[in-house]
Amino acid sequence: MGQTIIDKLWAEHTVADLGDGATLLYIDRIFLHERTGSVALKGLETAGHKVRHPEQVFCTMDHIVDTTPGRSDETRMPGGREFITSTRASAIAAGIHLFDLGDDRQGIVHVVSPEQGIALPGVTLVCPDSHTCTLGGLGALAWGIGSTEGEHALATKTLAVRKPRSMRIRFEGQLPPGVYAKDLILHLISRFGASGGTGYAIEFAGSAIRALPIEARFTLCNMAVEFGAWTGIVAPDETTFNYVRGRPFAPGPAIWDQAVAHWRTLVSDADAVFDREIEIDCTQLGPHITWGTSPQHGGNIGDAVPDPAAEPDQNRRQSMQRALDYMGLAPGAPLEGLPISAAFIGSCTNSRISDLREAARLLRGHKVAAGVKAICVPGSSQVKKAAEAEGLDQIFREAGFEWRESGCSMCFYAGGESFGLEERVVSSTNRNFENRQGPRTRTHLASPATVVASAIAGSLADVRKLKGN
Amino acid sequence: MEKFTRLTAIAAPLLRINIDTDAIIPSREMKRVSKVGLSEGLFAGWRYQSPGSRAENPDFILNRDPWRKAQILLSGLNFGCGSSREHAVWALHEWGIRAIIAPSFGSIFQGNCVRNGIVPVVLDNAVIEALARQVEADPENFRPTVDLTTCTVATPDGKSWSFSIPDADREMLLEGLDSIAVTLKRDAEILAYRERDRSRRPWIYLPG
Repeated sequence: MGQTIIDKLWAEHTVADLGDGATLLYIDRIFLHERTGSVALKGLETAGHKVRHPEQVFCTMDHIVDTTPGRSDETRMPGGREFITSTRASAIAAGIHLFDLGDDRQGIVHVVSPEQGIALPGVTLVCPDSHTCTLGGLGALAWGIGSTEGEHALATKTLAVRKPRSMRIRFEGQLPPGVYAKDLILHLISRFGASGGTGYAIEFAGSAIRALPIEARFTLCNMAVEFGAWTGIVAPDETTFNYVRGRPFAPGPAIWDQAVAHWRTLVSDADAVFDREIEIDCTQLGPHITWGTSPQHGGNIGDAVPDPAAEPDQNRRQSMQRALDYMGLAPGAPLEGLPISAAFIGSCTNSRISDLREAARLLRGHKVAAGVKAICVPGSSQVKKAAEAEGLDQIFREAGFEWRESGCSMCFYAGGESFGLEERVVSSTNRNFENRQGPRTRTHLASPATVVASAIAGSLADVRKLKGN
Repeated sequence: MEKFTRLTAIAAPLLRINIDTDAIIPSREMKRVSKVGLSEGLFAGWRYQSPGSRAENPDFILNRDPWRKAQILLSGLNFGCGSSREHAVWALHEWGIRAIIAPSFGSIFQGNCVRNGIVPVVLDNAVIEALARQVEADPENFRPTVDLTTCTVATPDGKSWSFSIPDADREMLLEGLDSIAVTLKRDAEILAYRERDRSRRPWIYLPG
């Protein structure tokens, strides 16, 4: 029987078989950020352990930093400064790579790590951050861990992990207009539930995935964790190799061919058997929007708010009812046309240069509706620089968007900033949990294109109907 | 780490599905670079009347007697999904929770539990719902027992259910092991792996 890509990466990184399905896996790269990394580095110091191989450990500032222009170590969050200064001191003492404030490599961890060539096809990469699965887009075996596991990885360069079951999800067919990688993953989660992938490592495959550019693959894999999966991965191909070549920490010319030859082997064998397979016909999908407080609460922009009474499962029904109460929505109300007061483009899901280019293309010549607070936060300092070189910042500003410094920002109160009480926000982020973007803030998750169309309309909108698109 | 062997305690039912770690501890409650002092922020969005206030919401289960002394939590599918923040587990532990019974858990959260002395117990939803009804009827006396030596949950009416937990997780909880010390016993194997791998994948090894 053939091997899946997960089987191959597992075998390649096995240090020891620990029995009962557990393996001691070698960890190639560790990334930290100032919120959960700070406490891991401090915990390690307290326990008297050293960071083993600091040259393979990286740290950026993204979760606590302010994103308003002219920022410093100060944040609006009480105690925020301590996270930044403590992380800086620990990172310098440990001798790890630090992408500090003011460094042009700074940015959101999962935007920076592929951008700098730190995440590569076939590497094991961990970070005390749930969205580490993003890097599966490159064919990396990457997953989120807690701070204590982070300490273990830092001290030993290994983690003891139980091998997850395998699932392959084939997305087939051409994406219709207005449908992006974000819509694919939101559709998957709404159809199979937020725990539909629990216990699985998922390979995303199929003709639609092969056609996706790398940055869209990051968006897709980013939300594997919202599906409950241990991680998601896309097998590396020419698109991947072209993306990686020449990046600062990527293999140089002397070993490039050797690396690519190895990466080409990292595909599931034709006769590999997965524990579960799902196929999705992309040609039938539309722009997706969430209406509730779990990523599984969503549907097409043309749908109405569902009626909990029609849900046979009692737990799901109660969850839907709670969500509608929180979101201030009634069953049967159309989603399209629902007035919003804020629009947000940013986060490790959708803040890369291709996201900003597409958003700016749609935004050109339009204005954000009166009364809508619109914010764009580039995912990294490099993304911001590239966008400004192309004049994208001008398009955002002229349309009425704020243009920020890079960081996690209002995806979740980073920098102590949040949206208002019961404010309705359309957001390119990954979580619509209660209070995530602010106290009682009502979040609707969507692609950056849907965020732009909605910002212009002043209400949830169908990007396919945007004039000039 | 604190050891866990067996516990008989008041159980609080919080039967919602997909309780995420943002709900367990909101970002705004993680104010210091520290693993302690987090219990005040536990379930802050539900436990207090308004954001930032400390006036208790009297309807929330953990604000009611005798559940203020609960050490076991009963919950729904996918408990602890979302953010990897271990602060959620530190907050639960500091508040007093030692075992959580749910049909499934967020995988990072589940890993964080066993590294901090909390037992994640997986039981069928129907069993949990039945337990919740009995606990609600008589919380003071109907105290479930979570026994990690036998991997069972038992109730005062004589019923019991087996649960499974990976050997390594069970051992870590029973012995209160320091996992770094355990792994470093395999240092020779780790070094041998590096030697083998360095010639196979030289691009992984950055200059030190």
